[in-house]
Amino acid sequence: MISELFKRLEFYLDARQNKEIFIYPGLNLGVEHSDAHTQAEATVFGFWVFLMSDAIIFGMAFATYATLLHGTADSPGPRELYHLGPIFIETLLLLTSSFTFGMASIAMKYKHPTSRLVGWLLITLVLGVVFLGMELNDFRAMFAAGGLPTQSGFLSGFFGLVPLHGLHVMAGCIWLVCMLGQIAVHGLDSETKLGLLRLALFWHFLDIVWIFIFSVVYLAGLA
Amino acid sequence: MSEPIVTRTSATNALRANERRDFMSYMWGFGLALGLTLVPFALVQWQAMARDPLLITIAVLALVQTVVHFRYFLHLDRKRKREDLLLVLFSTSLLIIMVAGTIWIMANLAERMTPI
Repeated sequence: MISELFKRLEFYLDARQNKEIFIYPGLNLGVEHSDAHTQAEATVFGFWVFLMSDAIIFGMAFATYATLLHGTADSPGPRELYHLGPIFIETLLLLTSSFTFGMASIAMKYKHPTSRLVGWLLITLVLGVVFLGMELNDFRAMFAAGGLPTQSGFLSGFFGLVPLHGLHVMAGCIWLVCMLGQIAVHGLDSETKLGLLRLALFWHFLDIVWIFIFSVVYLAGLA
Repeated sequence: MSEPIVTRTSATNALRANERRDFMSYMWGFGLALGLTLVPFALVQWQAMARDPLLITIAVLALVQTVVHFRYFLHLDRKRKREDLLLVLFSTSLLIIMVAGTIWIMANLAERMTPI
């Protein structure tokens, strides 16, 4: 009788643990993080709305670039200014940083030691900073080859679009440093967890924007 | 008295299974995205196709990679609350209307304004 009862309890707990209740986009913290999990629904949905409006801004920057693409005004065009090698490495850096942020999210969700979470976040930050450094180097090479934003419509469109993404990545890096500071000062409380959830969405979103930048701008420009 | 310990262990096992599933989601996402990145870069590097089919291939692979990122990194799928997917689909339709509309109108204008 008693063992029957325990079996039922076991079954109930299993069901409770197995049943993931998804209430917001991105990796859900789950019932283990009761406070942050319930707060997250409205907070993360609001952030998701922001990301979608940001996507519209990027979309319009892409449309502007496409409109101005043929207006090179006898200054250097895509073939003279774009180099596939650095762009390929930058793509891998950003993709890997998305993966390492995913590992950080898992470390947070499954309550691994905080040091492991911080480690993954630091790797992500380094990858983001190296990406920015390489991108700045690309821009410098473009300037040296006569590709200044004032030269032509094409270059204005380019420098309206690609550095806009770079600025977002820079904002993401600064935000990441702020989150590391919050972890150091407050530990992993609900506020910090919610911040990390939103930053994860932001980071993955920027990687999606980059897919379109390397495809539409660089690959199509060199095809 | 041993039963509660058994209970806790099996609950931990369930949590481990969930963790493994979440981990595999990121692994799949990373692997698929890597493949979908390598292919178009290789095609462009070695100019393996004529220009038009190459552009179409790049576009299709980019769209597939976007879906992969949404599915495996942002965990957006039909299991979620429907509003989230609706928000993304609505934003996507707005994007398509505005981007395609802008390109269409401006290309048409350029064509009509070019002196012959």
